[in-house]
Amino acid sequence: MTTAGAVVRAKATAVPASETLPWLLSAVIVGLVLYYFIGIDQGALSVFGDTSVVHELVHDARHFLGFPCH
Amino acid sequence: MEARSFVLRGVLAGAVAGVAAWLFSLVFAEPQVEAAISYEEGRGAAEEALAVAAGAAPVGGAEEEVVSRGVQATLGIGIGMVGIGIALGLLFAVAYTLLHGRVALRPRVLALLVAGAGFLTLYATPFVKYPASPPAVGADETIGDRTALYLAMVIGSLVALAVAIVVARAVRTRVGTWNAALIGGAAYIALAAVLMAVLPGLGELTINAAAGGPRVAETPLPLRDPAGTIVFPGFDADVLYAFRIASFAAQALLWGVLGLVFGALVERRMTRDDSGERAPQAAAAA
Repeated sequence: MTTAGAVVRAKATAVPASETLPWLLSAVIVGLVLYYFIGIDQGALSVFGDTSVVHELVHDARHFLGFPCH
Repeated sequence: MEARSFVLRGVLAGAVAGVAAWLFSLVFAEPQVEAAISYEEGRGAAEEALAVAAGAAPVGGAEEEVVSRGVQATLGIGIGMVGIGIALGLLFAVAYTLLHGRVALRPRVLALLVAGAGFLTLYATPFVKYPASPPAVGADETIGDRTALYLAMVIGSLVALAVAIVVARAVRTRVGTWNAALIGGAAYIALAAVLMAVLPGLGELTINAAAGGPRVAETPLPLRDPAGTIVFPGFDADVLYAFRIASFAAQALLWGVLGLVFGALVERRMTRDDSGERAPQAAAAA
């Protein structure tokens, strides 16, 4: 075991979730919104109505990432 | 370290992973996407020729292009890959933060483990049932059903992993860590298998089954004229295979880079803290 390894292992103390809830919550929300717009929007559902700019722009990535696409 | 440090490092590591996946996709995805789109166009023309021969009026006019192919194939796929890298980096950072310091693993090992769990649940398990497909494979009419089924696989995989972890933790004191991990793994596979058995294949969706009988997938079959002669071939199996292998490799690359970069960033920050703030840290620990 390296010294650096011992140091980081010893110092890996738990982060109390209560203190950091705003950061974790906003990270989840932003992450899910991004996931939705890249993977799903303007396919089965559409937030911005009947346009397909988002869908068409990320079209190739959507196919390649495994999301259903036309 | 606090949550802010982890979240920001998650965004950075996710963006780096997204750029790596983008470069990979330019080389390995785009040739297959181009081949699939030219198949789609050729088949569309053949279908229209058949319809006209049968007495229908020619439709005419190509599909309107909202974003050009040139933009889709370079900038568009880049925005998609980097964007999903950041999205996954954020979700990854949250899972990591909740585990940091609560399990007996050094940060870079924990980071790789969390990345592996993300790859398994958000991509690899759904892929077994509903693999990534290039354009032309997948009917417009089934997009709603396909989206719902795909998300059911994603959410179901997350639930299966949560159950597997609960099971493993419950038996750990009795059978030891190694056997507990094996039991948890078996529970995950069993639950995922049940989910896959219960959900329908895309070829079994009502519209597809009505058109060509029940099949596993939506991959286009050869196009036949009324006499039964093949007038346009089925979708090229080699293109489909190359696309799916590349898609799987791109996700492995994305999650791998995310876990490795994030782990390295966290350990670097912790060793820096340690050399700079040894006294205050020791006081806080006491």
